[in-house]
Amino acid sequence: MSEGGGGRFVRKVAEKVRRAPEAVDDDLWESVQLARHAERPYTLDYITRMCSDFEEVHGDRLYGDDHAMVAGFGRFHDRPVAFIGQQKGRDTNERTFRNFGMAGPEGYRKAMRVMEIANRLGIPVVTLIDTPGAFPGASAEERGQGGAISRSIQMMWRLDVPTVAVIIGEGSSGGALGLGVADRVLMLENSTYSVISPEGASAILWRDASKARQAAQAFKPTAANCYRWGVVDAVVPEPDGGAHTDHEQAAEILDQYIYRALTDLGAMPPVERRRARRERFRKLGPLRDPEGGMGMATGRETPPPG
Amino acid sequence: MSRVGRNIHVSVDRLRQLAHRDARPRKISADAGTCPKCDSHYSADEMHRNLRVCPACGHHFAVTARERLEQLGEPGGYMELWPELRAADPLQFTDLKPYTERIADAEKSTGLGEAIVCAELEVRHVPAVAAIMDFSYMGGSMGAVVGEKLARACDHAAQKGLPLIVVAASGGARMQEGTLALMQMAKTVIALDALAEARVPVVVVLAHPTTGGVWASFASLGDITYAEPGALIAFSGPRVIEETTREVLPSDFGRAERQLENGQVDAVVDRRELAERIGRVLHILRRPELEGPGAAGSPALQWAQDGAQRAAGAVQSLPRKVMDRIRPGSPDGEDPE
Repeated sequence: MSEGGGGRFVRKVAEKVRRAPEAVDDDLWESVQLARHAERPYTLDYITRMCSDFEEVHGDRLYGDDHAMVAGFGRFHDRPVAFIGQQKGRDTNERTFRNFGMAGPEGYRKAMRVMEIANRLGIPVVTLIDTPGAFPGASAEERGQGGAISRSIQMMWRLDVPTVAVIIGEGSSGGALGLGVADRVLMLENSTYSVISPEGASAILWRDASKARQAAQAFKPTAANCYRWGVVDAVVPEPDGGAHTDHEQAAEILDQYIYRALTDLGAMPPVERRRARRERFRKLGPLRDPEGGMGMATGRETPPPG
Repeated sequence: MSRVGRNIHVSVDRLRQLAHRDARPRKISADAGTCPKCDSHYSADEMHRNLRVCPACGHHFAVTARERLEQLGEPGGYMELWPELRAADPLQFTDLKPYTERIADAEKSTGLGEAIVCAELEVRHVPAVAAIMDFSYMGGSMGAVVGEKLARACDHAAQKGLPLIVVAASGGARMQEGTLALMQMAKTVIALDALAEARVPVVVVLAHPTTGGVWASFASLGDITYAEPGALIAFSGPRVIEETTREVLPSDFGRAERQLENGQVDAVVDRRELAERIGRVLHILRRPELEGPGAAGSPALQWAQDGAQRAAGAVQSLPRKVMDRIRPGSPDGEDPE
């Protein structure tokens, strides 16, 4: 985290942290576009601003190094924290190099390698999610894309250390969830979290690739809705106009949210943390039980707190 | 070989079909109908008796969940669990038609409450809990009910100390339940660990197709994983891959036989041998100390206790065994007893 910044900057951030974001249902499409804004801060933009030092690791020790996934250990508020996240690129070369933030099995296995080390050393794990989905390719399938994601989910659930997941941009499909099973799941105000990208849904459900906007309206993948459903625990505010307008401020706000979550989680015994983690995911998804009335009623009616 | 056999079986039909090939609408029905692979005709009864496998070419047709339970279980039948659960519509979702309408239609056409049926049954005299997906109910997609029933099946099996058998047949997460459908991947993976804690095994059977969020969650976490011949097993389907990467995929992309070569499954098992195969592996993994009242404990400990006497005997006989082995002309591996 950056220690500098004038008093005005600090006050502005504090105000942001306190403020409850308004519901963004009005224009879902704008939110979808902001989540994928070309100038939006990416995983490394946050890590380098939040950590005083960061050591990135490479390779899954099985096959190769996946550039769409970044993993390593950082110094966060003078403590070690493992950071893992999908990384997108800003220009054409970088986008290709990062494979548009679509990780393959090596990416998830690299993530698992870092999680295992963190768990062994007692270091909390923070994941930053930003992906249109896991990479759809024949080679990825051959090397076990499905099993890599399921095992990453399994490992995150099994960790004894405190875990925080943050959806910082696009969180689509199992590729996002592979890093999403944490004690606290946070979501940036203008990010999206859904079972599939609007374009993918449009092609599958409307059999027409141009219905992405309509698909987004149907999926309602905004932070406010995810909070209402109980899928995320808090909505992290962004600088006015969106995170892309001020990377420093966006990172500073996120830093405070992560720090607060890790502090709360650190006070819980590991067994209790895992029990709560299990309950958290177990109760997601409403059912109808015609014989016994409503099944589990999940979700919240209140607006997200600041 | 198979080609000769195939031609003998279908030659009369085939001649007739070849004559009308273009005019005839292609009918692919799971009941009475034509094999899409070799064009032979079957009656509904024949299909049922042959477990919905084409006797001529071995093509595996889709099986409904209830029929699958009859195929796997003993004649005594099975006891269905939680049949009452139904899907809610948390997003008030509408694509080409409203989700509530899709649910009602699926229930009407399949007679099922959801895309999964859970039951207690015996497979070749081994008691087990089964969770069987049904592709005919909305493509076997996983929403909150499928996730919940699977999680309950895990808890139930763990509580009773019974192995879990999962038959997957699914296009993936149910789009119409949006982000909450995605969360079922986490729910099911977490629930599987109840079985790990109870030290009971999970056998997963991958039927055609097992894709998307189902393959990327519980379906790829079986202790023993079988696939049915020709089943498509993939995270991303061929169409999505071709559209995204412009790759030209081989015709057997993601198919069970290829996934065996890729190291993603343990065996490709013909449906006609599936019950036998599952029964056998469950029998191998069966631990008598877990059955009966008050029995528990770690397998390693049990081995230590049960095997204490045998181990002592083995150590005593070791020198003779070693001597026998190194003496020229003596048969290797001769029983020292």
